[in-house]
Amino acid sequence: MSVLVNKDSKIIVQGFTGKEGTFHSGQMIEYGTPVVGGVTPGKGGQEHLGKPVFNTVAEAVDKVAADTSIIFVPPKFAGDAIMEAAEAGIKVIICITEGIPVQDMVKVKAYLNKYDCILIGPNCPGVITPGEAKVGIMPGFVFKPGRIGVISKSGTLTYEAADQIVKAGLGISTAIGIGGDPIIGTPTKEAVELLMNDPETDAIVMIGEIGGNYEALAAKYISESGNKKPVVGFIAGKTAPKGRTMGHAGAIVGGEDDTAEAKMRIMAANGIHVVQSPADIGSTMLKALKGDA
Amino acid sequence: MNLHEYQGKELLASYGVAIQRGVVLEDISNFDTALGQLKEETGTDFVVVKAQIHAGGRGKGGGVKLGKNDAEVKEHANNILGMMLKTPQTPGGLEGPGKLVRKVLLTEDSYAPDFDACKEFYISILMDRGRKQNVIIYSTEGGMDIEKVAEETPHLVHKEYIDPHLGLQGFQMRKIAFNLGLSGKSFKEMCKFISKLYAAFVGADASLFEINPCLKAGDDSIIAVDCKVSLDDNALFRHPDLAAKRDKTEEDPAEVEAGEFGLNYVKLDGNVGCMVNGAGLAMATMDIIKLSGGDPANFLDVGGTADAERVENAFRIILRDPAVKCILINIFGGIVRCDRVAQGVVDAYKNMGDQIQVPIIVRLQGTNADIAKKLIDESGLEVQSAITLQEAADAVAKVIG
Repeated sequence: MSVLVNKDSKIIVQGFTGKEGTFHSGQMIEYGTPVVGGVTPGKGGQEHLGKPVFNTVAEAVDKVAADTSIIFVPPKFAGDAIMEAAEAGIKVIICITEGIPVQDMVKVKAYLNKYDCILIGPNCPGVITPGEAKVGIMPGFVFKPGRIGVISKSGTLTYEAADQIVKAGLGISTAIGIGGDPIIGTPTKEAVELLMNDPETDAIVMIGEIGGNYEALAAKYISESGNKKPVVGFIAGKTAPKGRTMGHAGAIVGGEDDTAEAKMRIMAANGIHVVQSPADIGSTMLKALKGDA
Repeated sequence: MNLHEYQGKELLASYGVAIQRGVVLEDISNFDTALGQLKEETGTDFVVVKAQIHAGGRGKGGGVKLGKNDAEVKEHANNILGMMLKTPQTPGGLEGPGKLVRKVLLTEDSYAPDFDACKEFYISILMDRGRKQNVIIYSTEGGMDIEKVAEETPHLVHKEYIDPHLGLQGFQMRKIAFNLGLSGKSFKEMCKFISKLYAAFVGADASLFEINPCLKAGDDSIIAVDCKVSLDDNALFRHPDLAAKRDKTEEDPAEVEAGEFGLNYVKLDGNVGCMVNGAGLAMATMDIIKLSGGDPANFLDVGGTADAERVENAFRIILRDPAVKCILINIFGGIVRCDRVAQGVVDAYKNMGDQIQVPIIVRLQGTNADIAKKLIDESGLEVQSAITLQEAADAVAKVIG
């Protein structure tokens, strides 16, 4: 079953014919992802990578019944692209674009409240349900099918976690890269909720980083929900200095509560198996599944 | 991106926000002209000399002084220009080396002539990450450390959230002015001030405005006496005029250079340099260095393409820091193939010859990791290779010993 994307998704690519869009669409199609077309304003009617190109998302919804969109549009126009997808009736919008102005996202986030859709990202590696659909820029071969869900703000750290899970003899149900920006569509708690309610996910890896309170909210939800699926957690940035942005626009320690230590403390207090070293994610998951972590 | 006080005030003034007026001085030999200009524009008697550096608490370190006559003003300007100003926010705090003052702002004395009728407020605007809305934070306790006010007297700190689509409404401006205890002319002036300030915040794609103090002057006008302005780097493409205000002398030279190479670098105080692809993995690598008994010397994200040129640039920047005793390269190859990165490391190493005097540990995982390891191992270079994160951590621990 998995969450968000699977072999029955009807996926379009916004920014289909651009450099990034072309490269990653090719990779996605090669993986076997059900890509049904793409959108590039002004290039409607053409064919690209063997799929139809549409001028608008609405047209793609109309002609090929698209229900999922992945966005590779440059930062200047990405907020607009997200709103276009929502308005056209897309249910799962995955925005890869890094560098969208914060004030654009303030407006976009409020706009999305009117629509029944889920936004993943921006500034994220995307979502993968191994063996069914790779809707993102992650290396597909790292993710083997299985029953562990992965949630992470970061790209390469998601790959690292998935790799350790697979090397531990387990596999991935769905991995969700939620994104590293100050405003993202699906914060940690909402992503955890999706995987908690997924019958094909037995346990969750939750990787966060300094800045904001998303992990703390997720931790509280996990203990309050009474769900018994084990959760292994890690927070990157214990050694990051206060007040500096560490690569991701959202990764900045402002106050006492958004340090890595504070987040790890809150997560541990709420029953999450917190690892101090990012090298211990896989082994800790094995122990947690056996009940002796 | 941060602005100097004088640049922030220019920005505010361009949106019609009333500010404490001033003239910038870089060279003391231009003092008479600058002072003359200020006096002509403002008619002020007393003059405040304010150091222009990117750090708060300038007054505490002697970077803000009031001069009661021209000679006094000149003396202050002469002393502050070129000083190493230490404030609680400069690197190392009051015990650190301080920051070189390259410019001062000569400003009018906004508190004259009726000092007792003046009242200081605190006003800031930022984006609340939890509510995903802009928020105006304000207090009657101006001119103080707001974090202290929030801790000791939280009831004196108010927040007004702004609807993302409708923007700031009239009733919200009135609420703010009422809560600040204003009436009559000063009430109307405050409403105007808040309205224009918010327009400037949104218009400039700012990430922080902090007006502390915001002054009700003796004549009931409302003015920004000081301002801290930070802009959203991601939105600078919309504001070339503001982007041009960037003062690179306020930033770490290595960080500026790294930025020009497309590398995301933050200098830290440790002894183990690191070079990683991806911001999250880079932070995790710093953490694992610490767990291995070392201290990270930097954060460095080489991004998606780790070719020889980028690796070489990254090496040069990391090695400029004499504290670096070893370098850990941690690449998770996805779309980027590990063998390409390994070749980049080998080429960069050969190009740099004997400039590399510290041990290098390379951890390559992901696409073609095995080929990459072989390439490194057979290169004949003094580079240790690792495949798992734990192996890399152990190698660091051994080197740091």
